[in-house]
Amino acid sequence: MQIREYKIDSIVVIRLTGDLDSRSASATQEQILPSLPADERILLDLTGVPFMSSAGLRTMLLIYRQAQIMNSSVALVGLSSELRDVLTATGFLSFFVVADELADAVELLKKSELPNAMKPAPVKSTLKRSGAA
Amino acid sequence: MTATLPTTAVAVPNRIDSFPTDRIAGYNVRPGRALPYGASIVPHGVNFSVYSSRAEAVSLVLFRRGEADPFVELPFPEEFRIGGVWAITVFDLDYEHIEYGYRVTGPSTPGPGDRFDANQVLADPYGKAMSGRDVWGTPPDWTDPYRHRSRLTFDDFDWEGDQPLRIPPEDLVIYETHLRGFTRHPSAAVVHPGTYAGMVEKIPYLKALGVNCVELMPIFEFDEFENSRVNEQTGETLYNYWGYSTVGFFAPKAGFAATGKHGMQRDEFKNLVKQLHRAGIEVVLDVVFNHTAEGNEYGPTIHFKGLDNRTYYMLTPDGYYYNFSGTGNTLNCNNPVVRDYVLSCLRFWASEYHVDGFRFDLAAILDRGPDGAPMSNPPLPEALAFDPLLRDCLLIAEAWDAGGLYEVGSFPNYYRWSEWNGKYRDTVRKFLKGEADVIGELATRVAGSPDLYRHRGTIASINFITCHDGFTLADLFSYNEKNNEANGENNNDGGNDNDSWNCGAEGPTDDPGIRALRTRQMKNALLLLLISQGVPMILAGDEVGRTQRGNNNAYCHDSDLTWFDWSLVDENAELLRFVRHCIAFRANHALLRGRHHARGSDVQSIGYPDLSWHGTSAWQPDWSPSSRLLAFMRSASTLEEGVDHVYVAVNSHWESHELELPVLPDGVLWHVFADTSAAAPNDSFAPGEEPVLRNQHSAPVGARAALVLVARRPLY
Repeated sequence: MQIREYKIDSIVVIRLTGDLDSRSASATQEQILPSLPADERILLDLTGVPFMSSAGLRTMLLIYRQAQIMNSSVALVGLSSELRDVLTATGFLSFFVVADELADAVELLKKSELPNAMKPAPVKSTLKRSGAA
Repeated sequence: MTATLPTTAVAVPNRIDSFPTDRIAGYNVRPGRALPYGASIVPHGVNFSVYSSRAEAVSLVLFRRGEADPFVELPFPEEFRIGGVWAITVFDLDYEHIEYGYRVTGPSTPGPGDRFDANQVLADPYGKAMSGRDVWGTPPDWTDPYRHRSRLTFDDFDWEGDQPLRIPPEDLVIYETHLRGFTRHPSAAVVHPGTYAGMVEKIPYLKALGVNCVELMPIFEFDEFENSRVNEQTGETLYNYWGYSTVGFFAPKAGFAATGKHGMQRDEFKNLVKQLHRAGIEVVLDVVFNHTAEGNEYGPTIHFKGLDNRTYYMLTPDGYYYNFSGTGNTLNCNNPVVRDYVLSCLRFWASEYHVDGFRFDLAAILDRGPDGAPMSNPPLPEALAFDPLLRDCLLIAEAWDAGGLYEVGSFPNYYRWSEWNGKYRDTVRKFLKGEADVIGELATRVAGSPDLYRHRGTIASINFITCHDGFTLADLFSYNEKNNEANGENNNDGGNDNDSWNCGAEGPTDDPGIRALRTRQMKNALLLLLISQGVPMILAGDEVGRTQRGNNNAYCHDSDLTWFDWSLVDENAELLRFVRHCIAFRANHALLRGRHHARGSDVQSIGYPDLSWHGTSAWQPDWSPSSRLLAFMRSASTLEEGVDHVYVAVNSHWESHELELPVLPDGVLWHVFADTSAAAPNDSFAPGEEPVLRNQHSAPVGARAALVLVARRPLY
């Protein structure tokens, strides 16, 4: 798994290349999670990820949850149809803003509000939650 | 206050047992933790725990995914055993790319009923995912000696605050469906037909229908190829489509998941439960603990046989299988070890998958002791009734078995169990086809069967007219005789006591009169079901007149014979609209859903008894054997609705009758909710839109028709 991080305008782009599965998941998490920026808009570019296993889905969701804590937002771009399919069938896709092209994603993210970590109901109004921070 | 940001170092501390102590077959290991049983992913490794009362040696067998031969076998050292439990933690396993099993060696002198076989690899009875049938209908490799392989998967899931819904049971309308059959038909037009994900796409339909509980026919891992065969007449492959033959009790069926080929069936099924819950719909699982897919002495060895045959199965003194299930073996449910296994399994589904309840197939077997004799205080049903994790789960017994034990009304219930009320089904069917001498029993059944459940309340009675077993509702009024030729058993399988009536022609007909009568009969049936005390259960598709072309035992058909044909939603829109109205009517009238049986007296001092019986004359029911008319009125005062009156008349006579109506208090008038003799759209009305009845003193009930009136202040 190759991980490359760069900026487009104010947006942090993290580009992954390779299969995201049990063989690469923990290394990917160790590399991305501790340095996830606070108060930023983050774009995960998955154009180079042909397959994502169950461990891969969890890595994505961990990044999403960690970003939420850091008051950052996350969007996905470059999902293969297979990947999009798996994410949809398992319900994981509903957590993310998804765009087809890098440029669209940048625009979507620019428009998006950053979640405020202090508010009890982050991101989605459909969330039922009682005791968030 | 500032939120504390967890870092990975704090969130996952290293444990002092995170390090290996031994090395076996080139792998770092340490003595495992005996509990929980099964395989658990732990920091840096996987913990495996398995038990057998009489095994003398056990080894862990590991395969690379899809490969025929194992890449390593790790014998459990004797020091890794506590009691009869063998446990090992193996480090640095590539958990997503392996499959595992156990090789178990029994005593050198086998006892009667022992079936240890060290040549076999056994699946983990606690395996939370199984491979081997990853994609429905893909022919298996019959030469593979280890066909149902245990896999390692994650337990974690982002439920986003989801919990079981805890809808009061009396408010439920249950919808029984086959998971695959619900969306497999091309007309379903979903992205992944026949899967958990496919069902998610149909949630808006369920919500619009108004049901608030789906009962899923078996979704535990089973083998659709068990006894599969080709029907020589039709050339069709016949499958174990229904799946009442469990292979993996802790594993959701992979072939029902669009992502089963990636091993993500656990996530996909959890997402289905989460989405159904968001729509206000509970999930009840049909579970099969009366037997397993291992069959009798000629059946395959999957897990229990090779681990502890004498513990898991009811055996004759000379070691053969008792067959109270009609399928070869009988699970020894009231053996303490098996009881604990069943309890653990249900706790797992309730806590891990958030399911709201269980329906137990052939549940009378749960009452049998190890020798097969029924027990008066069977430990398993009792343990389930009082378990804290299962406290809010529906427990529904199919209170009979294939060994002749029939316990409708007498299933050991601890004031906790409900039952599929087979007597409700039989009585309502007899009435609807026009039999004489059923009015008295019909009255008892629509009142929630107080003869059976007086002390347990109405929620003990799961009322149904049709279920997966037997005719669909459309077929109930289209066929006098079953047509099971396609099952390949010369029409000898399936029940013959269907109490069905074809309305004048056998099977499909163009006769408009017969077709209209059939539609009316379906309306009569569903109206009666949804107006009865007790918990109604609808068979999926009956609301749109789904047919199985007269097949009353369609267990082996994975075809348009059994699939929900969604073109019926438009074709039979009239029936669907009627059923939606009936469900909405039930939801709007609390007196139809009381948890307690009516007393027949004016318990609330409102001037009317809570339940009163009528005939062509008000207050004068005709209980004579030749009577085919039953009328009754429910009256109650509730906080939300004030004083409410609902009058119901059902007539299975071939002539219409004029009914004198009970007099209502001043200020309210009878309004017509439903009249099945009226042409649509006047056959039923949405809540609040019921038209006032022109003549407040009497009303006709049509031939073979039902009339439901509701008391309301008139709208001006």
